[in-house]
Amino acid sequence: MTPTKCQDQVVLDLWHPLAALAEVPAGFVQETVLLEERVSYATDGGGNAAVWLSRPDLVAGCPFEPGALTRALPAKVAYGYIWTSLGTPPTELFFIPEYAEPDRRRLNAATVGVNVSAPRAIENFLDMGHFPYVHTDILGAEPHTEVKEYDVELSVERDEIVATRCRFFQPKASTASTEGADVEYIYRVPHPYCSILYKSSPVDETRLDVIAVFLQPMDQEHIRAHMMLCVLDDENEDKVIKRFQQTIFGQDKPILENQFPKRLPLDPRAETPIRADKSAIAYRRWLSQKGVTYGVIPAAT
Amino acid sequence: MITLYDYELSGNCYKLRLLMSMLGIEYNTVPVDFYPGREHKSDWFLRLNPLGQLPVIEDDGLVLRDAQAILVYLASKYDPSGTWYPRSDPALLGEISQWLAFADGITGTASAARLHDGLFYDLDVESARAGAHRLFRILDEHLWFGEQERRDWICSGQHPTVADIACFPYVMLSEEGGVSRQDYPAIRRWCDRVKRIKGFTVMSGIFPAGPARAA
Repeated sequence: MTPTKCQDQVVLDLWHPLAALAEVPAGFVQETVLLEERVSYATDGGGNAAVWLSRPDLVAGCPFEPGALTRALPAKVAYGYIWTSLGTPPTELFFIPEYAEPDRRRLNAATVGVNVSAPRAIENFLDMGHFPYVHTDILGAEPHTEVKEYDVELSVERDEIVATRCRFFQPKASTASTEGADVEYIYRVPHPYCSILYKSSPVDETRLDVIAVFLQPMDQEHIRAHMMLCVLDDENEDKVIKRFQQTIFGQDKPILENQFPKRLPLDPRAETPIRADKSAIAYRRWLSQKGVTYGVIPAAT
Repeated sequence: MITLYDYELSGNCYKLRLLMSMLGIEYNTVPVDFYPGREHKSDWFLRLNPLGQLPVIEDDGLVLRDAQAILVYLASKYDPSGTWYPRSDPALLGEISQWLAFADGITGTASAARLHDGLFYDLDVESARAGAHRLFRILDEHLWFGEQERRDWICSGQHPTVADIACFPYVMLSEEGGVSRQDYPAIRRWCDRVKRIKGFTVMSGIFPAGPARAA
């Protein structure tokens, strides 16, 4: 194999999302960009996907014949998306057990191109402090601006960051909300470029809605953000649920695109955190410990 | 009541939400899954608008498409002050039409670049960006000369018109398509004035004006 443009072996060996399975017309070649490489993929309509480095004899739009394919990349279908890797990925992707619960709505809210590095986008996803200012009257409202004390730990067993006991007053936490409520959040970061959020369900107080961002790094400063929803809502049409999430993401987008520097600085002295940034600090440290260099400004050694 | 066929992230739909908010008009919304669902190309929507484009409104049995056309209709029918589309002033109406067409040019360039970057539309993004800069230079110069004559808005007169509403959204969203407004100070000041019009409302990607500066 020719050398990849990305030299970060940790990132090369990860599973990366490419597209929502439900949105891919079966039997035709599709093309996208992953880690600066052109990558093609196709599905057979039966939930199986093939992925390969793009080649001139199988261009986008061509009917796809699985037999013609040699030297395929690893491929996996999980949580409604097609995943691949340019290196040697682990057998399993991180686990989201709620995805298998039959009464949940499972949707790709949208796949959106954003001019930002993947780590900056993950860090914004973890941040509650911006809710009242960026998602005014939806995920927050003045004067309820305080980020209350919460817990962050690195789960050694699962190698992921978990933030718990996060609480925030939200005027409209989801499409199923009828009034403002103190909403409980749990964040997981089980993958350098993926994060999963659990929040109180307005429908069933014993259960949590699951919202995930799976980021596909096109290069170090551009991503395709895939937004997975796995929520309890038996009232609203799919498009209404998607619209809610797209509204939120559309509010984040200019904030993400104006981050400077675009790559996430991992040096603890590079940017001054406040108490509310506890999960971001843990995330930066975790990326440093893993040796991630793609999409970040590594700490000086 | 008016029904608006709407997509939240569409600047053309936002033009109508914005004017209706400023005029204090109530309306119903029918969400259309423009992306990723492409519902604007579905059979039921094509029967409403054979062009397969948003927005569309229904009002009193009238079905109307095209953001600029709908702005003209709404202002003519629902603006008791008659300032947003002053029907008795031929010269001003001519100016307004000229800038409504200009707004369509902004959609064809700045908005196209945004669709390319954000929603992966297959088009020549460099040419779209160059086209947007060409239009922004013209608008910036026009607004700058206007400021010298104490004209705050795109067209002559003391009041904002539908031309301001038509041009505003895709100017404000241009950075999502990689078109910076850094070199257009008069455009930036005009955007700030639009944000201070009574009844102004935001959409995803557009924030309200900061606290007013002391006079």
